Amino acid sequence: MARKITIEPVTRVEGHGKVTIHLDDAHRVTQSRFHIVEFRGFERFVQGRPYWEAPVLVERLCGICPVSHHLAAAKAADVIVGLGLEGLSPTAEKMRRLMHYGQMFQSHALHFFHLCSPDLLFGADADPAIRNVIGVILRHRDLAVRAVLLRKFGQEVILATAGKKIHGTGAIPGGINKNLGPEERDALLRGPAPFNAETMIQWAAEAVEFFKDFHKKNRALVDGFAAFPSNHLSLVRKDGALDFYHGVLRAVDAEGRKVLDDVDYQTYLDHIGEEVRSWSYMKFPYLRRLGKADGWYRVGPLARLNTCDFIPTPLAQKEFEIFKDFTKGRPNNMSLHTHWARLIELLHSGEVIRDLLLDPDLQGTELVRKRKKRREGIGLVEAPRGTLFHHYQIDGHDQITMANLIVSTTNNNEPMNRAVDWVARNVLEGQTEITEGMLNRVEIAIRAYDPCLSCATHALGQMPLAVELYDAGGALLDRRSR
Amino acid sequence: MNKITFTIDGQACTAEAGQTILEAARANGIYIPSLCWFEGMKPAGSCRICTVRAGGRYMAACTQPVSEQMVIENMAPDLEDMRKALVEMLFVEGNHMCPTCEKSGNCELQALAYRYQMLVPRFPYDFPVRRVEPAGPKILLEHNRCIKCLRCVRGVKAKDGRRVFGALRRGGRKKIAVDLSLAAALSDRRAREAMDRCPVGSILKKEVGFIVPVGKRKYDATPIGSDLRKAEG
Repeated sequence: MARKITIEPVTRVEGHGKVTIHLDDAHRVTQSRFHIVEFRGFERFVQGRPYWEAPVLVERLCGICPVSHHLAAAKAADVIVGLGLEGLSPTAEKMRRLMHYGQMFQSHALHFFHLCSPDLLFGADADPAIRNVIGVILRHRDLAVRAVLLRKFGQEVILATAGKKIHGTGAIPGGINKNLGPEERDALLRGPAPFNAETMIQWAAEAVEFFKDFHKKNRALVDGFAAFPSNHLSLVRKDGALDFYHGVLRAVDAEGRKVLDDVDYQTYLDHIGEEVRSWSYMKFPYLRRLGKADGWYRVGPLARLNTCDFIPTPLAQKEFEIFKDFTKGRPNNMSLHTHWARLIELLHSGEVIRDLLLDPDLQGTELVRKRKKRREGIGLVEAPRGTLFHHYQIDGHDQITMANLIVSTTNNNEPMNRAVDWVARNVLEGQTEITEGMLNRVEIAIRAYDPCLSCATHALGQMPLAVELYDAGGALLDRRSR
Repeated sequence: MNKITFTIDGQACTAEAGQTILEAARANGIYIPSLCWFEGMKPAGSCRICTVRAGGRYMAACTQPVSEQMVIENMAPDLEDMRKALVEMLFVEGNHMCPTCEKSGNCELQALAYRYQMLVPRFPYDFPVRRVEPAGPKILLEHNRCIKCLRCVRGVKAKDGRRVFGALRRGGRKKIAVDLSLAAALSDRRAREAMDRCPVGSILKKEVGFIVPVGKRKYDATPIGSDLRKAEG
């Protein structure tokens, strides 16, 4: 008998999503989809607002990585006030960098330890009552304490640069509204152990070791789960270095051939298209050069380590070389290796934060520059989850007339669908009974890409998941929720 | 000049003849909440946040002259609740999105809401349809946030003394209008003063939003009224 399995809600950024999987009479998967059924509307209600409000308005999209939206909008506003990155004062550019790497640090720590580690520590089939962050605290106390402090460190960096840990106001068109005071610097650089940059770097390095150790013991799972070839897209620094704050667009295919290279992101519309499909509120971006069918791509930590040539800090570069050696220098297409890449980025962020804190430019007093105003600006950053595009047009009264945002989750739409499909075909196919552990594997696949989904938070108590079995006529046969 | 003696919440105070209750209270270090009042400007008595009670009668402290032996109640719980209700009404009558407003932290309405620990207004939201109106090259008028205190109408003047802002219609339909040619001629300094004169984020001097970091804004460190020594009575 044909069946339709629905996982609903699976949510995105403070919103709802669902997974549907159709099985035919022989329990074969005929269709699987990851739907985003929520409409946020930010692109519409930013219209009419003054452009300098965009960095503070649009960051409200998210409470996990608001700094990404804040900075992407600020970078677009820089272009509007006549600057590019090169036009910012050194103090402004480095303060923003510090803010961004602080965010990378806290977000990556949050994602790996709070959201994903329960799956690794307890296994996909473990009791959901234990398979969550509280379970980690109860059974792996030292790891949990580190997780909390790692995240706190990143949040304190954001506080010192943006004025608030969540939804700050630091970046303004053409610069920044504060520099870093010596006390703020010293608290982060030379705070009593463990709360200082050096300890955080050491802990980040040990987190990479933790994952490598897990990998060694669970090769089949880590290498095989939801592995599929794809293109990869990210910003890279002009010289090919990993850079989260600024750079040029580069895309490679599954074999490592460059599809885009050295592309100025002000021309992103020439290279990136967005396809609309009737069953999801989320668009499907693609590389125009490869077309709708083949042009989809991954973004995020895995994609970044696939596109960049090197990492410009020593400890992270050493880990990067090990990471690249594993695939003999070719692009890594294994979904769970995203966690590995994410932890290398955590280490890199720690190193960059320390180096920036040592830079006297952060105590500079030239905060804002402006030149001849333009009517349009595009700002890109590498958010924790991947490339984030902000594009604004304004009228002669400084009011926004058009906004286009392509967020990381959108860029990863097709990959997440492919990952769900992989689980459907490799885990659910042929099964007559659907277990909780099988459903969790669907979430593990999504989780590797985007912790903004509520399903990825390992919510305490009731997991926001329901599975319904329908017969071919659409009648509800069975329902399981947790 | 003869001194007037009177009390506020039982505290003995003195005032010059002709001073309003609000002025006299400030001179004695006592905070009476206000919104449409602005130092050095003729009071309008329109917002009624400064309402006090004397001899059983309610009066706007910003317009009522203080008189000899007056016994004034300022911090009575029922008065404070009424003031809180007025603040709530101002919130539901407009579209006040503090999280993204550049006046946040410097906004007197927000500061009063914090003072009264307003969480959810007791009145239903109006959600009026209003818009942002360009007012020349230096200013945007954000009607969503306007509380019709008329501080701009009374206080923002062109070099020759002409009013830059005016009020259209009356009552709930009242709307601030702007003389575009006078607004265009405002110097940067005067445009900034116009923004500062507005108690909310309704008059926006262009391109200065968010320039003061969180922590350094007017009400970040101390609540509204703290500039007066005995603010909490």
